[in-house]
Amino acid sequence: MPANEMSVMDNKQAITEKQETTTAWEPKITAFVCNWCTYAGADLAGTSRMEYRPNVRIIKLPCTGRIDPLFIIKAFEKEADGVLVSGCHPGDCHYTTGNYHARRRWIAFKTLMEFVGIDMRRLHFSWVSASEAIKWVDLINNVTDEVKELGPFVEYKGLND
Amino acid sequence: MSRIGVFVCQCGNNIASTVDTKKVAEEMSKMPGVVYTCDYKFMCSAPGQENLREIVKAQKLDGVVVSACSPHMHEKTFRKACESAGLNPYKCEISNIREQCSWVHHDKTKKVGTIKSIDLTRMTIERLKKNRPLKNINIPVKKRALVIGGGIAGIQAALDIADGGIEVILVEKEPSIGGNMARLSETFPTMDCSQCILTPKMVEAELHDNITIYTWSEIEKVDGYIGNFTVQIRKKAKYVDEQLCTGCGECIEKCPFKADNEFEMKLNKRKVIYTPFPQAVPNIPVIDAPHCVKIQKDKCGACAIICGPNAIDFKQKDQIITEEVGAIIVATGYQLMPNERFGEYGYGKIKDVISGLQFERLASSSGPTGGEIIRPSDGNVPKSVVFIQCVGSRDEKKGVAYCSKVCCMYTAKHTMLYKHKVHDGQSYVFYMDIRSAGKRYEEFVRRAIEHDGAMYLRGRVSRVYERNGKIVVQGADTLSGNQVEIEADMVVLATAILARDGADTLAQRLGIGYDKHKFYNEYHPKLRPVETVTGGIYLAGTCAGPMDIPDSVSMGGATASKVLGLFSSDEMSREPITAIVNRAICNACWDCLNACPYSAIEKESENDRHGNILRWLAKVNDGLCQGCGICVAACRSKCIDLQGYTDEQVYAAINAF
Repeated sequence: MPANEMSVMDNKQAITEKQETTTAWEPKITAFVCNWCTYAGADLAGTSRMEYRPNVRIIKLPCTGRIDPLFIIKAFEKEADGVLVSGCHPGDCHYTTGNYHARRRWIAFKTLMEFVGIDMRRLHFSWVSASEAIKWVDLINNVTDEVKELGPFVEYKGLND
Repeated sequence: MSRIGVFVCQCGNNIASTVDTKKVAEEMSKMPGVVYTCDYKFMCSAPGQENLREIVKAQKLDGVVVSACSPHMHEKTFRKACESAGLNPYKCEISNIREQCSWVHHDKTKKVGTIKSIDLTRMTIERLKKNRPLKNINIPVKKRALVIGGGIAGIQAALDIADGGIEVILVEKEPSIGGNMARLSETFPTMDCSQCILTPKMVEAELHDNITIYTWSEIEKVDGYIGNFTVQIRKKAKYVDEQLCTGCGECIEKCPFKADNEFEMKLNKRKVIYTPFPQAVPNIPVIDAPHCVKIQKDKCGACAIICGPNAIDFKQKDQIITEEVGAIIVATGYQLMPNERFGEYGYGKIKDVISGLQFERLASSSGPTGGEIIRPSDGNVPKSVVFIQCVGSRDEKKGVAYCSKVCCMYTAKHTMLYKHKVHDGQSYVFYMDIRSAGKRYEEFVRRAIEHDGAMYLRGRVSRVYERNGKIVVQGADTLSGNQVEIEADMVVLATAILARDGADTLAQRLGIGYDKHKFYNEYHPKLRPVETVTGGIYLAGTCAGPMDIPDSVSMGGATASKVLGLFSSDEMSREPITAIVNRAICNACWDCLNACPYSAIEKESENDRHGNILRWLAKVNDGLCQGCGICVAACRSKCIDLQGYTDEQVYAAINAF
């Protein structure tokens, strides 16, 4: 058996084992997506009857440039175990440059989040266009599985309470 | 306390097969502020909407959540229904439990789908509680249109708008309108002479009372927004006074210097003072300044001496013209991929390897050879011609991934033109697939093969080289499985259609989007194919992607109908999803102004009664604002917010998860 097939098998096995041990708990993923690319891409996954993990809840915004880093902090503070930000590919922004703002903000914000000790496997930034339903499905599945492995996010829960 | 109604749609079985809609409705009824819930088979149906209207009235609802398909699908439908029941349309929100729930989670026990639907609907309800009623914005409309690009698409758009009684400004960067179509010899599938059908339209545009044509001009700057654009046009110096010139052409005859002829695809030379082709509109020559000895070295000046009406003016300068228009049509067309990229096909090294457009010029009766198909190298008539299709198209490694759409058809046309002119000649076509979808297109290709004897070989060419004055084409015929070697006299490359150089710069000036190939993006590829995301700017022809003449003409006409529709009332109404400034706390840091991609943020001063400026603050121009919300995230004092997507609404949704 070729080496890469082996590793796929191992992975599958690992995932199923993991699922058996942690069936009780399911992670909550909040996704902030732009209206024009990723939201439409997620819609396309539906129209194409693809299937992905049900853990994600989408919050639609006009553009990734609208996403205030505080949204992400708030999501972590509340229920989210993982957060996802996704918008149009660079150069394809419906609003010409919104995703560039988001990307620049993200670079600074990511460092801050790492500094305060949030595992970066919980926070993902991605580009998913309106035609990339498959990419969306893979993204959700990978993020969900990864966060599931990490376990619940408890460090900053209920800071405001 | 709010009075919210929740309507859960079963969408036949589309939602109901994996979501227990009854349970969702039941759960939602327990939420504070929710006074009515139900589930219904088809909410979007006429009875479904009627039901919604009645309940809004009977229950005196102040908010509605419809848990159904994507808001991209029916948000407008339900908002309209709410509006007709007396509810502000922006107090209606859609929870997407079909595309993003029932269709992607196939759990037939309905457990997964139901839990997710409950979450999604709850988040939407909490968000809705923070919704404020909004009013559509009315903007006055300036009823003049600008068309950028004077090819067939632009001409058609300009004519249609002008016929509707609206003033049109047509800007063309070349010395004459006509575009690439003016270069074509004949057109498929009817074999109409291209010039014969195009030039009457060019003349009609020139003579139309409502059309002003600026040739040799380019767009310098675009400001404003739908209904109210201010456009600066650079009218490059022609060095010929357009008012005085009679178009007699004596200057052209007298000019002793020559330069490459771009219109003839550099197949021959033209004079330094020139009109691109005899039927040019307007029929006024321009001086090619970089090549003009008078302008460069202050010698010669023969054209000025011969000119009777003294129209030559070597001191002419570029002019900037400012025009105010309400709508802009972009029809900037295409160019061919430079063949130099294809060394294996010998382009640039072998003189008789030419591009499709060069072949058009050879076949055109007004072309450099008077319609005689001859070899550029020695002027002999080629007895065998090899046409290679998909040069650069459908070839992501060397060219572009897309299909250029017209090459299959024009290559078939070329083989016919060749056969009609060189009766004993043989044409060979190397193709990947024959794409001849279109009315009478397939029949046309069959005619080229069966009637005019074109030899079609399915396969790619690997090498083209010269041997004893012949061009040897080596390739594969994948249908017979043999390697083929053809000794040809001429090779014609059907090179890929590209967006024009500078298409991206123009897009940035206009504030419209473009894809990675620099073709302009339509608002929606299927449902809004001629609109851009920027209100009031429309697309026609090949600047949006490869297409043939009928498609370009239809697109030109479609943009005209959009513009005439926009101009049919004095004011236009638009969605109130715009940014709004909290004047009390704005501290004029201008982060919003720097972030805004639409220059929609203005500096406003607050004055005392003597007119002294007390403070500055940001102000949003509703006409320009497109509602992206970039300024909102950029604002450090949290004083700017996006109506319809306020911080409050987003936090409510986050907290409700």
